Amino acid sequence: MIALLGTPWPDVPDLMVPALGETFRMVAVVMAIVVALGGPLGLLIFNTSPLGLFPNRAVHVSISWIANLGRSLPFLVLMAAVIPVTKLVFGTTIGFKAALIPMSIAGIAFFARLTENAVREVPRDLLDVGLAGGSSRSQIITSIQLREAMPGLAAGLTLNVIAMIEYSAIAGAIGSGGVGYLAVNYGYRRFDDNIMIACIVLLVVLVQLIQFSGDRVVRALSR
Amino acid sequence: MIEIAGLTKSYGSTTVLDGIDLTVDEGRIAAVVGPSGAGKSTLARCINLLERPTSGTIAVNGQDLTRLSRRDLREARRQIGTVFQSANLLRRLTAAQNVALPMRHAGLPDQEVRRRVAELLERVGMLHRANHYPSQLSGGQRQRIGIARGLALQPAVLLSDEATSGLDPETTLSILDLLAELRDDLGVTILVITHEMDVVRSVADLVAQLDHGRIVEQGTVSDVVRRSNSPLSRALLPMPPVAVDEQLRAWAVRYEGPEVSPVWLAQAGRELDTDVAVLAALVEAAGDHRVGRLTVGLDPQLDDRRVVEVLTRYGVVAEPVDRAVLRAVATGANVAAEGAA
Repeated sequence: MIALLGTPWPDVPDLMVPALGETFRMVAVVMAIVVALGGPLGLLIFNTSPLGLFPNRAVHVSISWIANLGRSLPFLVLMAAVIPVTKLVFGTTIGFKAALIPMSIAGIAFFARLTENAVREVPRDLLDVGLAGGSSRSQIITSIQLREAMPGLAAGLTLNVIAMIEYSAIAGAIGSGGVGYLAVNYGYRRFDDNIMIACIVLLVVLVQLIQFSGDRVVRALSR
Repeated sequence: MIEIAGLTKSYGSTTVLDGIDLTVDEGRIAAVVGPSGAGKSTLARCINLLERPTSGTIAVNGQDLTRLSRRDLREARRQIGTVFQSANLLRRLTAAQNVALPMRHAGLPDQEVRRRVAELLERVGMLHRANHYPSQLSGGQRQRIGIARGLALQPAVLLSDEATSGLDPETTLSILDLLAELRDDLGVTILVITHEMDVVRSVADLVAQLDHGRIVEQGTVSDVVRRSNSPLSRALLPMPPVAVDEQLRAWAVRYEGPEVSPVWLAQAGRELDTDVAVLAALVEAAGDHRVGRLTVGLDPQLDDRRVVEVLTRYGVVAEPVDRAVLRAVATGANVAAEGAA
């Protein structure tokens, strides 16, 4: 007979606070990787397109295809599919480290597309301003393309952080730790309604807060 | 100085520019006019090599841009300031930062950038708007900032691609005054791409008409307005239709330049001892700059040769118009006037 008793409310924070910390850590590490790799990938996808600064059909099509690959699998499937890679790299298939690789793959592919969209919104004429003024292509990318795309990039970053929180919860299934892990292990497997409710509330508040601050940043960046 | 020779640009089997030859001497303003789709924008984009010509050469101050490596081309482009339609300012930079951008990219020292930004903003009358963002400026103000940015690297050549399109007439005039000032003070060679004949009349020294990718007519503005029935001449100074009067002999009269007396018509009439009927006229006078195109009616008894002789002395080109031509001129003028509107 399984005890259908939930964790008493006073004890809930003892579980939730460390879980929240783990979620933060996971999302922060993944986001650092995602921005560092997904951003340049997105710039490359755009700038090799016919509208970009160095059009190259072959490169554009192939990296575009790779980025799509990372986004075409549902996250749970992707997570299972890359287990051999995870095992090879970290020697384990569960826990925080195991979640890093699938989350990074999905995040990089997502952020590459978001970056591509954001820089695509920058009017082509502004790139011509740089070219006609004798600026180098790297100067144009950093001080025209990226700078003008800032509001779009901030909006994309917000979306991406929220997606990563969601993925970190799914990664709870492979014992990643964090709020999602708590929801799966206590709420789902042990029918611990209190923990389930606490997890839901926490995630909703977290996502709302991030979206709210993301919108504020986008507004502040727009001129 | 800009020398364009045999410039051709094709996209696949479509030829957009077909053997363009155009030379603009140092310190002059040339205008390229033509209907939309004539290839004006492509020409502008070819001159700073934003589009690579299919064949032909483009030389700025004697340096052929089409032969340069990418690195050298970047250097050479700094010799050409470009002013774009709708200014194309970076939205997230202030006016001053926009003007500073080319200088920062060229690696000028901070102190010099600051000094030159102030100087340039002062020249275009925008110093008081230095810290405004483009969204806080009017169209004319944005275009002034665009011109300041175009001048940032002290270019020998300024390329203005429809810079006054979409501005109201008063603002257009103030921008054109600014361009003339730059030519006179700094000796900048300016190529203006426009579809507005007013722009040509008020600021250009040379004019070239582009149609279907070819230059169909070109010359100094003073020459072109004196031409009898050239389409460009009519477009530059469009005439209202003329009522045909049996009692009078119609004369087409044209002049351009400071040597023509403002009161030439009255004086010539006195000298010919006749009353002159002005049937249609388009006259502009701004300082020394005077152009006019008139159809006048004179007594048919007057000797043609004497009329020509007297008017020539006043610096005015005159030729009798027979009625058939007169009607053609009237209809042609209508077409030109509509084209200009």
